[in-house]
Amino acid sequence: MTDHNMYSEIILMHNRSGHNRHALSGETHAERGHNPSCGDDLTLHLRVVDGIIESASYTGSGCALSQASISIMIDLITGMDLDSAKNMANDFFDMARGETISPEAEEALQDAMAFQNIAKMPARTKCGTLGWHCLTASIAETTADDVN
Amino acid sequence: MTWRESFPILKAHPDLIYLDHAATAQKPQVVIDRMTAWYETENASPNRGAYGLSASATITYENAREAVLKFIDAGKDATAVFTKNATEALNLVAYAYPFKPGDEIVVAISAHHSVIVPLQIAAKRTGAVLKYLYVDGVHGDFSEQMLAVIGPKTRLVALPLIDNALGVLYDVETVVKKARQHGAAVLVDAAQAVGHRPVSMQKLDADFLVFSGHKMYGPQGIGVLAAKYEQLEQMTPFLAGGDMIAYVTEQSTTYAPIPKRFEAGTQNVGGAVGLDAAIQWIDAQGIERIAEHEAAMTRYALLRLSEHPAVTVLGPKLTMERGALVSFEVEGIHPHDMATLLDQNGIAIRAGHHCCQPYMHHLDKAGTCRASFSAFTEERDIDALIMGIDHARKVFGYDRS
Ligand SMILES: Cc1ncc(COP(=O)(O)O)c(C=O)c1O
Ligand SMILES: [Zn+2]
Repeated sequence: MTDHNMYSEIILMHNRSGHNRHALSGETHAERGHNPSCGDDLTLHLRVVDGIIESASYTGSGCALSQASISIMIDLITGMDLDSAKNMANDFFDMARGETISPEAEEALQDAMAFQNIAKMPARTKCGTLGWHCLTASIAETTADDVN
Repeated sequence: MTWRESFPILKAHPDLIYLDHAATAQKPQVVIDRMTAWYETENASPNRGAYGLSASATITYENAREAVLKFIDAGKDATAVFTKNATEALNLVAYAYPFKPGDEIVVAISAHHSVIVPLQIAAKRTGAVLKYLYVDGVHGDFSEQMLAVIGPKTRLVALPLIDNALGVLYDVETVVKKARQHGAAVLVDAAQAVGHRPVSMQKLDADFLVFSGHKMYGPQGIGVLAAKYEQLEQMTPFLAGGDMIAYVTEQSTTYAPIPKRFEAGTQNVGGAVGLDAAIQWIDAQGIERIAEHEAAMTRYALLRLSEHPAVTVLGPKLTMERGALVSFEVEGIHPHDMATLLDQNGIAIRAGHHCCQPYMHHLDKAGTCRASFSAFTEERDIDALIMGIDHARKVFGYDRS
């Protein structure tokens, strides 16, 4: 059995998540994430300028959890520099593993805190983390580009 | 005793609505008791000891093999190799079958990953070519045109008797006839059929027939590869070690006779005993009666689901003979969300690709919801499913129209 309220809250957010679901003009990154067990197949689009995420969106299809999570993430990281975004992703991963995170991190995660009990739904944890994995993969590519 | 009362899991979880029989069946008390008795009073290593307990363990194990062979009407030309599950049986064939470069292996697109992946690996390893027999997700019969993929180079054709994603029942006999014209062998994955309906290996004329004990009221950890001797004779051992040998010298080994040649190491006798008990339980209920009951439940589910305005039912139509499972989609709700929300009401269904990604891709589906039935399914379980769907629609902000 799962936590009623958490899931309902996320679904409500999902129903509002449409505003981030579109292609992105002038994108610098497109990172596809796939969650075979669920069939979630989402692509995160980023426009990164001078190390700042100027704009972000997603396309693809997936369950409500995966879409709500990536959409909430997009709202959070838009305007953020890559290092901060990466730190936020790590906080999210810690939370999704059921670890306690600092009050400051909780505050920064805002709506993403709706996923704080996702660790108790092992079958669905990957849905919650999919978008964040796309983000860290995009950031890793950027950093690699810089080195080259 | 009613069918429901025979299953202790339903006593432990009185509110559980279990509609995932196709993933694994629940176990009748008699199966559990028989296995307990085996471990409490009979346990010993078969084949190896000269003492009494070991000798009876050997007899008990071989009796289980006989029971399996009789249950699937294997006939005198075939025998059974015990494996861990259907998957291991399929890996055994894929590994040990003597494919040569250029040989063609034909697999139904609706086959389970446990059929497709081992054969993919075998094809890569041996230089054989993997080809697909395309089906439409509704019908289980084959036109001459569909069967044209089977030709002179075909060595093996593999298909499910009932597919686990949509419940299509296939006309295996027609495939076998076509394969015979070209001297190809046929492997039937009967994991979703055995224990649900009478299955006769002789009538199907299959060369290989695989299934898992745990999907037919038996324990997890025991499966069966039933195969014609003539097929097993051309196969090399899969796993090697104790019990599968005759003589071992420093540099070479002669093997035990079939089927022991394919059973290396100490076997799961407790599992075989449990499978034997499951067969006895099914025989006592009557497989025809179980089949009729499941058909009635499937029809009821099809009726209830198809009259629901938000539900689309996939797979065979109401009047078609099929497996005891129904795949469906609910408008606006991803199958995994559906499964999670149903779980909130104690309803266990399966959601996703059902280990059939090529099939799902072929049908252009990301996944489906699947409810599957067994002897203990009752109409009220299906009524609960419908209510659960309504609940999920509400959570998602839809009103039932
Ligand atoms: C049609 C079919 N084939 C093969 C399998 C594999 O069975 P097992 O996981 O018991 O090896 C299953 C069940 O998952 C199945 O439904
Ligand atoms: Zn998902």
